[in-house]
Amino acid sequence: MHPAQLTFGFAPYRLSGTVYGVLLNHAPALAALGDAVNAAPYKAPPKAPVLYLKPRNTLAGPGSTCAVPPDVPALQVGASLGAVIGRTACRVAERDALQCVAGCAIVDDLSVPHDSFYRPSVRFKARDGSCVIGAVVGRERLRDPGALAVRIFVDGELVQRTDTGERIRPLARLIADVSEFMTLAPGDILLLGTAAGAPTARAGQTIAIEIDGLGRLEHALVAAGEPAHARATEPHA
Amino acid sequence: MKRARVAYAGAIHEAAPHDRGLRLADGRIVAEEAVVWLAPFEVGTIIALGLNYADHAKELSFGKQEEPLVFLKGPGSVIGHRGQTRRPSDATFMHYECELAVVIGAPGRHIRKADAMAHVAGYTVANDYAIRDYLENWYRPNARVKNRDGGTVLGPWFVDAADVATPVQLNLRTLVNGRETQRGNTRDLVHDIPSLIEYLSGFMTLNPGDVILTGTPEGVVNVNAGDEVVTEIDGIGRLVNFIVDDATFGR
Repeated sequence: MHPAQLTFGFAPYRLSGTVYGVLLNHAPALAALGDAVNAAPYKAPPKAPVLYLKPRNTLAGPGSTCAVPPDVPALQVGASLGAVIGRTACRVAERDALQCVAGCAIVDDLSVPHDSFYRPSVRFKARDGSCVIGAVVGRERLRDPGALAVRIFVDGELVQRTDTGERIRPLARLIADVSEFMTLAPGDILLLGTAAGAPTARAGQTIAIEIDGLGRLEHALVAAGEPAHARATEPHA
Repeated sequence: MKRARVAYAGAIHEAAPHDRGLRLADGRIVAEEAVVWLAPFEVGTIIALGLNYADHAKELSFGKQEEPLVFLKGPGSVIGHRGQTRRPSDATFMHYECELAVVIGAPGRHIRKADAMAHVAGYTVANDYAIRDYLENWYRPNARVKNRDGGTVLGPWFVDAADVATPVQLNLRTLVNGRETQRGNTRDLVHDIPSLIEYLSGFMTLNPGDVILTGTPEGVVNVNAGDEVVTEIDGIGRLVNFIVDDATFGR
């Protein structure tokens, strides 16, 4: 991601480059696993938030391209609201948590599709350019972050309508439960999580994600080996 | 050369070893305990290996993995030499992991094994703590086990790659309150450093400051509040950490 894409016009003025995603925070997504959650290898439904890091090589901005590896037919679109932390969040109470949020952005957390959530390979989620981040919008300009419509388009066609609701941990609760054991720093992004039924897209296709109040994020997929857009693979400073 | 990054008298300094402690870049000689030790380099992505010593895999009842078992740790978990790491009161099994940390210098992707060592800037010691009580079977090892504040201890020195002739034959050990509890040698890595660099750079660009924690051998034991945990690697350094209780943090 180009250094200029990391900055925005209000405190904390700059993304830190640290992005945490959360798995299975959408209640229907967890419910879809049914009784498998109680069987091996999981043996019980998740108790703590299921977190993962999108490392800095994944960060990309609007208009970027992400390379699809040759052995994979499509990437899964991971449309999520991303909360930008504005104040250091350590052991934050749920009732105070939204005050730690400076703003939000549309994020596409692209992944190689995988069926097992036990110990998936890091290469499913850590590919270059696979965390596309849109413009950061100040929190005061948003209605309830848990009640925003989401629309996902592939090659211009609307392929999914969903929303930021039905989260097992709404944003405030998520921040509280995460910050109980790991401090979130200003500029960090914490994703609210992707809804069930996420679509996939193939090399050569364009993706657009709209979240009410956060605008529209456009980006594209290319085949690995094709010259990628410079901004997709440049390491951020 | 070995260098540290320390805070002293209002500024952050680069420092070199000295008989009486450290020599700051500006010439001042200070004692080891007189400074705050930070991670000795600007940390990028932290890439940790699980089950990368054959004996440790047996200890935790896993068979040999073909693909390296890699997980990522966040920057918020980093703490330097002589820091405090919290042991929650409800934990029954919190353990250290002494690891050789390999720091990337020249960036690259699709790096072949034969070229991999040219991308290593240097080394430091890591202690990759885990609290097993919180282990869940979702995206293992889960963040509450491995991504805690103070869970990634790095230091004391950044050692230039040129000064480590044989990264593949380094003795490592852990001592808890002066008693050795873990011992191994980097020759026992399942996936060696060039293999790891080739594997990782195949799907993710490795950038300067990215660091690979190459795994730990058998001998991880529980540590308690009040313990001094020393993880050391011959020629790289002796990294000290203090385990403290919840009350230290007003919890």
